[in-house]
Amino acid sequence: MRWLVLKDLQILKRSPLQLTLLVVYPVVIALLVGFAMTGGQEQTKVALYSQIPASESLGLGGEEVDGSEIRNQLCGRVECIEADSASDAKKMVESGEATAAVIVPEDLGDKIRSLASLNPESPEIQIIVNGSDAVESQVTDDRVEAMLSEANLLLAKRLSEGAKDYLDLILKGGQFDLLGQKIEVLGLKKSEQILRQIEPKLPPGTDKEQLARAVRFAHLATDNLDLAGPLLTAITEPIKADKVEVGDEAPSLDTYAIGVTVAFALMFVTVLLVAGSLALEKEENAFTRLTAGLVGRGWIIFAKVGLGTIVGTGVALILLAGLGLFIGIEWGRAPFWLLAIVFGAAAFAAAGAALGAAAREVRAATLAAVMISVPVALLSLVPDDAVGPAIETAINLVSAVFPFRPALDAITGGLELSGPSQWLPLLHLTVLTLAYGALARLALRRF
Amino acid sequence: MTGENPALAARGVSKSFDGRSALKGVDFEVGPGEVVALIGPNGAGKTTLLSILAGIAEPDSGEVAGDGVAWVPQQAALYRRLSVQENLLLFARLQHDAGQTDENPSLMVKRMLDLTGLAERAADRVGTLSGGNQQRVNIAIGLMAGPSVLLLDEPSVGLDPAQRERLWGFVLDLVREGTAVAFSTHDIQEAERYAERIVAVAEGEGIFSGTADELRQAVEAGGARSEDLETSFLAFLRERGH
Ligand SMILES: Nc1ncnc2c1ncn2[C@@H]1O[C@H](COP(=O)(O)OP(=O)(O)O)[C@@H](O)[C@H]1O
Ligand SMILES: [Mg+2]
Repeated sequence: MRWLVLKDLQILKRSPLQLTLLVVYPVVIALLVGFAMTGGQEQTKVALYSQIPASESLGLGGEEVDGSEIRNQLCGRVECIEADSASDAKKMVESGEATAAVIVPEDLGDKIRSLASLNPESPEIQIIVNGSDAVESQVTDDRVEAMLSEANLLLAKRLSEGAKDYLDLILKGGQFDLLGQKIEVLGLKKSEQILRQIEPKLPPGTDKEQLARAVRFAHLATDNLDLAGPLLTAITEPIKADKVEVGDEAPSLDTYAIGVTVAFALMFVTVLLVAGSLALEKEENAFTRLTAGLVGRGWIIFAKVGLGTIVGTGVALILLAGLGLFIGIEWGRAPFWLLAIVFGAAAFAAAGAALGAAAREVRAATLAAVMISVPVALLSLVPDDAVGPAIETAINLVSAVFPFRPALDAITGGLELSGPSQWLPLLHLTVLTLAYGALARLALRRF
Repeated sequence: MTGENPALAARGVSKSFDGRSALKGVDFEVGPGEVVALIGPNGAGKTTLLSILAGIAEPDSGEVAGDGVAWVPQQAALYRRLSVQENLLLFARLQHDAGQTDENPSLMVKRMLDLTGLAERAADRVGTLSGGNQQRVNIAIGLMAGPSVLLLDEPSVGLDPAQRERLWGFVLDLVREGTAVAFSTHDIQEAERYAERIVAVAEGEGIFSGTADELRQAVEAGGARSEDLETSFLAFLRERGH
C-alpha cells in the first residue's frame, strides 16, 4: 500500500504543471484573501441609545467627562443613528438598518465614579450585534472594541491616580472615610517603627495596647488586600461591554474567511488529484496488473485516499501559513483544525476516488471533479435566509452529501473556540469518507 | 496434443459478458517449455482466455489447472512518468509484499535490468522508451516471480519488424532457460514463425489445435488453395461460418 502512495508522489513530482498548481494555488489564494481582508473597510452604522443626559458630568479625579463627550468619541469612529429606546435600537440591528447598537445605561456615570471608591462596580454598556452576518459583525466588533479600549485607557489613567492614594495610605498611614466613619490607618512604615521600638524593651505581658494596635493594623491590611483585586480589574478594563447577539451564531469573519479559503483549496486539490490519479491507473493500463494478485481493489482506493489526505493536508498547511501572515491564526488550536483538515481531506479524497473510478479517464475525471465540486461548494455557501424554503432544502441536501459544508464547519470550529461545534461535522465527514469509498469500490468493479 | 503433464491446462472454459458469449467451451494446454500461439481475429476471445488462464478472471464454467503462471497484459502496464528502475522497483516490492517472491526487491531490479539489457536506460522514463523496450520492461515484471508459464497477450502489437525481431530474441532466450510461453496474436505469420503449436479461436470457439503444417493441411483439405497461409486461414474461417 505504502509503495502505491510513494509511487503516486513520485509521479506527482514528475508532473511540473500539477506540482506548480499544488504549491502556487494555495499561496496565491492566501495572498488574495489576505489582502482582501486587510483592505479598506467602510463606515459602519451603529444605533446609539444613551440614557445619560448630555449635560451630566462624569467627574473623575480632577477632570470632567460629560455625556456628549462620550457620544462624540463613539460617533467619530462609526456612523451613529440615534435610537429612541433600547428596544428601538435592537430593532434597528435586527432589520439590518444598523450593524450594531450601543446602549449606555443611566447609571454608567455612578459606576464610573465608583471605580475611584472602595466599592468599585463595573460600569457596563450593552452592545447588540447581528451575529448572523459574520462579515458585518466582525467589522462592528473591531470598531466597538477600539472605541472601548480608548475609553478604558482614559479611565485607567484616572483610576491609577486613585489607586496611588490608597497605596500611600497603607504605606504612610493617615485617615480615610469608610461609610461615613473616619478610620485611623497606622501605615506600614509606622508599624515597623513601633515594633522596632517595642522589641528591645518589652518584658512579656506588658504594652498590651501597642500590641493590639499592631494586630488591628494587620487586620486592616488584610482587608485592604481584598480591595486590591477588584481595583486592579477595574484598572485594566474599567468599562465592560455586555455583548448580546441577535440572530444565529456565526464564527468571526477571520475564522470564516480562513475556513472557506482552506476548505475550498482542500477540496479543489484533493478531489482533482485523487480523481485524476485513480483514472491514471486505468489509462496507464496498470490497474489490470495491480489487481492481478498484487493489490486488492479496496487497498488501491485506500492508497488513493491516503495520497489525497497527505497532499491535501500539506497544501492546506501551506495555505494557513500564508494566511497567518495577514490574519491571526490560533496556532494553539492546531490539534483541532489539523484534525478537521485531515478528516476533510480524507472525505474529499474518497469523493475524488469515486469520481475517478466512474470516469476512468484522466481528462474526464478532472473535468467532472471541477464541474461537480465547484458549484456544490458555492451552493454550500449560500446563506439559509437568502433563498426560499424549497431551494433551501435542496441546497441543504446537496451540501450534506458533498464534503464541503461539513469540512467548512469542522475547520471553522477547529479554528475558533466560539465557532460551530466540531464533533458533528467530523462524524459527518467520516460517514461521507466511508460512503464515497464504498461507491468508489463499487465503480472499480467495472473499471 | 502435448505430453501427459501439461504445465497449464484449461478444459471447457466458457465466459460471457452481459449475456454475450465471449468463450464457448474452449480447451487449451501448454506443455513444459513449450511455445504455443493463440491466434484469431480481433474479438475472438484471446484476451479473455489468457486472463482466465492467468487466474485474473473467473470462468463461468470449465476448469483451469496449473501454477507458476505469469501474465503480461496486452499494452505495457507501466507508469510512463516513472523511470524503468522505478517501475521495476515498484512491482518488485508489490510482488514481494504479496508473497509472490522472496527475492530482495533491489536485487530483483538489478537482475531484471541485466536480463532485459536495459541497465543503461534504468534512469530513463518509460514514456521515452521505444515500444519494444517498453514491452521488455512489461515482460520483465511478469518474469519477477520466476514463472514456469508466461502468458503474453499480443506482445508485438505496434512494434516495427526490427523491434519485433529483438523482442522475440529476448523471449526465446527465456524459453531456452525452460520457461513455457503462450502468446496471442492475430498475425498468423508470427505464430507460424515462433510457435511450436498453434491454437486458433474464432468467436469464442476453439477451431484448431496443431502445428503450422497441420493447420496448412487442414486449410487445404477444406478446399482452399494458396501459397499464403494467412489468406488460406481466412478462407478456412469463412468456410466454417465465421
Ligand atoms: N470486460 C468486458 N466486458 C464486456 N465485454 C467484454 C469484456 N472483455 C471482452 N469482452 C467481449 O468479449 C469478446 C472477446 O474479447 P477479447 O477476449 O478481448 O478478444 P480478443 O482479445 O481476441 O480481441 C469481445 O466481443 C469483447 O467485446
Ligand atoms: Mg485482446
